Amino acid sequence: MALAFDEYGRPFIIIKEQGQKARLRGLDAQKANISAGKAVARILRTSLGPKGMDKMLQSPDGDVVITNDGATILEQMDVDNQIAKLMVELSRSQDYEIGDGTTGVVVLAGALLEQAEKLLERGIHPIRISEGYEMASKLSVEHLESISQKFEFSVTNIEPLVQTCMTTLSSKIVNRCKRALAEIAVKAVLAVADLERKDVNLELIKVEGKVGGKLEDTELIYGILVDKDMSHPQMPKRIEDANIAILTCPFEPPKPKTKHKIDIDTVEKFQTLRQQEQNYFDDMVQKCKDVGATLVICQWGFDDEANHLLMHRNLPAVRWVGGVELELIAIATGGRIVPRFQELTTEKLGKAGLVREKSFGTTKDRMLYIEHCANSRAVTIFIRGGNKMMIEETKRSLHDALCVARNLIRNNSIVYGGGSAEISCSIAVEAAADRYPGVEQYAIRSFAEALDSIPMALAENSGLPPIDTLTAVKSQQIKRCLEHFIYLQHLNILMAWLLQEGNPYCGIDCNDVGTNNMREQNVFETLIGKQQQILLATQVVKMILKIDDVITPAEY
Amino acid sequence: MTVERLLKDEATEEKGDRARMASFVGAMAIADLVKTTLGPKGMDKILQSTGRGHNVTVTNDGATILKSLHIDNPAAKVLIDISKVQDDEVGDGTTSVVVLAGELLREAEKLVNKKIHPMTIIAGYRLAAECARNALLQKAKDNKRDPDKFKSDLMKIAMTTLSSKILSQDKEQFAKLAVDAVLRLKGSTNLESIHILKKAGGSLKDSFLDEGFILDKKIGIGQPKHIENAKILVANTAMDTDKVKIYGARVRVDSMAKVAEIEGAEKEKMREKVQKIIAHGVNCFVNRQLIYNFPEELFADAGILAIEHADFEGIERLALVTGGEIASTFDNPESVKLGHCKLIEEIMIGEDKLIHFSGVEMGQACTIVLRGASSHVLDEAERSLHDALCVLSQTVNDSRVLLGGGWPEMVMAKEVDDLARKTPGKKSHAIEAFSHALQAIPTIIADNAGVDSAELISQLRAEHHNDTTNAGIDIISGGVGDMEKLGISESFKVKQGVLLSATEAAEMILRVDEIITCAPRKRENRM
Repeated sequence: MALAFDEYGRPFIIIKEQGQKARLRGLDAQKANISAGKAVARILRTSLGPKGMDKMLQSPDGDVVITNDGATILEQMDVDNQIAKLMVELSRSQDYEIGDGTTGVVVLAGALLEQAEKLLERGIHPIRISEGYEMASKLSVEHLESISQKFEFSVTNIEPLVQTCMTTLSSKIVNRCKRALAEIAVKAVLAVADLERKDVNLELIKVEGKVGGKLEDTELIYGILVDKDMSHPQMPKRIEDANIAILTCPFEPPKPKTKHKIDIDTVEKFQTLRQQEQNYFDDMVQKCKDVGATLVICQWGFDDEANHLLMHRNLPAVRWVGGVELELIAIATGGRIVPRFQELTTEKLGKAGLVREKSFGTTKDRMLYIEHCANSRAVTIFIRGGNKMMIEETKRSLHDALCVARNLIRNNSIVYGGGSAEISCSIAVEAAADRYPGVEQYAIRSFAEALDSIPMALAENSGLPPIDTLTAVKSQQIKRCLEHFIYLQHLNILMAWLLQEGNPYCGIDCNDVGTNNMREQNVFETLIGKQQQILLATQVVKMILKIDDVITPAEY
Repeated sequence: MTVERLLKDEATEEKGDRARMASFVGAMAIADLVKTTLGPKGMDKILQSTGRGHNVTVTNDGATILKSLHIDNPAAKVLIDISKVQDDEVGDGTTSVVVLAGELLREAEKLVNKKIHPMTIIAGYRLAAECARNALLQKAKDNKRDPDKFKSDLMKIAMTTLSSKILSQDKEQFAKLAVDAVLRLKGSTNLESIHILKKAGGSLKDSFLDEGFILDKKIGIGQPKHIENAKILVANTAMDTDKVKIYGARVRVDSMAKVAEIEGAEKEKMREKVQKIIAHGVNCFVNRQLIYNFPEELFADAGILAIEHADFEGIERLALVTGGEIASTFDNPESVKLGHCKLIEEIMIGEDKLIHFSGVEMGQACTIVLRGASSHVLDEAERSLHDALCVLSQTVNDSRVLLGGGWPEMVMAKEVDDLARKTPGKKSHAIEAFSHALQAIPTIIADNAGVDSAELISQLRAEHHNDTTNAGIDIISGGVGDMEKLGISESFKVKQGVLLSATEAAEMILRVDEIITCAPRKRENRM
């Protein structure tokens, strides 16, 4: 009870309005938290892997989202429980940091929690559990490093990158044309990548979607696509070798920020003002023309008169282009964004080989393609698909694939997928556990068991008998190991042997290909993605385990 | 220990079989709803809006029906979405796509009940869809090179599309209307330049295609009603007292005399503008915005026909038709391109006076005048015609055609069936189910027409055992007929769109194993 007594036996209040607050303490609190965390993981568990199912989410406004992406599911779920919110955060941080593996991280955290619950029931102190977990996670991260392989690729040989992206895409609804999409993603990333600095700015890749057509029509455009059309219906729809003026000022008379008034009290004033106004428009268009622009892209609107003048002077223009798009256009065409007409100069113009307007379908949807730019460092992926939800899901899947490609460029180490990395870690952790004296040994073993739950979930989702499959694969990984173990006896030698002779590439054969060797199946994942998953999941679990008191305001 | 509540209070969560059931039921309910409108003997639906006036719409168009429904089931929303996309993309087949997706799900449900995993079903469906598409590709005919044949193909497609609509009585006439209109576009898919004008009165038979352009406006009083060899200036400019656009300007005077002076200056400005317009040497001036009395009077004095307040689309079309540009400034009369037409006159349709521009330079745009007994009929006629126009304009670009009347479905079903026999594994059940779903479409068409569908479909299937058959459902005689002879054709693009989007949607719904509905956003009570 949150009620304390002073030395005279009088009760005093520690928590304000405590009677109205729900409070959970000690083991109960931990168990409640664990069960909430597990519940979240349970939802995502069925989405894991190439045969994972999707979730249909209806937002408060009635929009429907169908997705398989862990981060999106949790974000849309609108959870109310505090611990569940932590799990949502977990998946989100994996999304920000790595972009892929958002489902896996939550499932792993759920498994760790489940194991922790068992340990708690045996009376092991939560802090000891988390220490054990910490050690185990360090072990497995190191182990991952040792089983990882460097992946050599170059701009001409993109096959390894494509294969990795395909692994990511194979769990999504778009796996029908994963090959094409993976190639698009890799090409897009390579187009914007800075290979020397090993960095990729994903901002430069614009992903635009339009319903209609089919998924196979998705294309990569070396340039920018703007969902706008020419401001005047009779402007030319196709401009070659365009010099683009990128403006952030409207084709309107200036509006000074300071408050002012112009009083008109005589006819002369009225007329000069009128004259002035006409000159404004003339000047603006003239300035654009003078510097040699053949296309004006403007963030703001045009006055009717200005619009016609532009049309009249044969200067095509696009209005109401968003700020982000404007920036991308500036990057792609090598132009500068000009905030004032006075500052327009020839050098500040962007160059593009071809600007064309394309219309779609039966409605008057038009889009503007800006292609063959001076600097093709900005690219657009244009997605087509049967319906809105499909496009949204494709966007999310492509985002994952782009992130994976970026991670590989940053660090070209990979591990093998299909649960093989987890199994290998599990074996290593299990083997190492015996070296640790004390209660932590138990926690480390539990960690190994929790790692097994990912291949288990994969097998379950693929309709394979989970325990049979897992044990079969595991024994394959340490097959000859046992024979050697008899006379090797020494643990370190065993570990080294595992690395050399064992087969850490055996995983779950989700697609029924017939081989367990993930190397042959070309199923790869990035090393940093996997490491991050383990680290993040361990961190969150530690955090949850440390909580021993939950105070919630009472419901009213 | 009870499981903690994860979601907000009013949110619901359905898992596994229940979720799947909910989405199957929702999707099938939608498919069943529009099922009866399929085919030439399909029935219409009356939709009453909940808005003010309780507007009534009578329609047979799948997309229109589904658009107006308020649906709570998320799976049903997916189907509505594909129908909408089909409408945007090809314009027709909006009902078929929903019905096919519904049938695919119905078959899938049976398989799921037989304990076949949804992922296996999806794998089978994918194979089947690919196979069906290849079958269509092989059988599609392309008559692009032979203009006469191509035109007759277009006619047939138009008639097939229209035969399921309210226009079926006069389908020949309307098919001709639509084909003529689309051929004028010369390959562009911009249907904006086909203007559909609805005028109640008369009968549907009185509808016609006008080569020129009809503007639903009146001619100003005292202005010529009949101009030959008109030079037209199309403008978008303010023709009231021009406002000063410089920010913060305002008129402040200290005596009445000055007010009069400024008013005079304003008038002078207007007069100048009018003079400038007249200086273009035009005899017709069409403006998007209002023309006030004063300039109108000036135009009348100069013998110029001034038309005010033409809507934006009207202006664009007029500019397109007459070949002029839309002007907003008038300082350089020599370089503004004027529009031309042979004759402008006022005509009467029913009781309304309209302005008719004939003998225009560019033949792209045209006007279709629809006549009909009531506004409902006209609305439905417009939708039907729109469908036909969309299909035709798409066919002009992708000129492959197929036969109609359930023929493509039977062809696909046969190929898919063959595939099922060759495929090992559980997938073959799904492939077989796909073929069943395809056959459901001719079955529904036959059911709607009130013929013995089981008998008819089995006959059809027997016919289709022969590779080169043209057999399809002949609704008029209620038997199997030669579609080639009956002249029933469909566009390849429509069929392909139906097949692919329906499979995609079915796949999407099948993959779902959990539905989470968030608590609806609370509306603020503004009482």
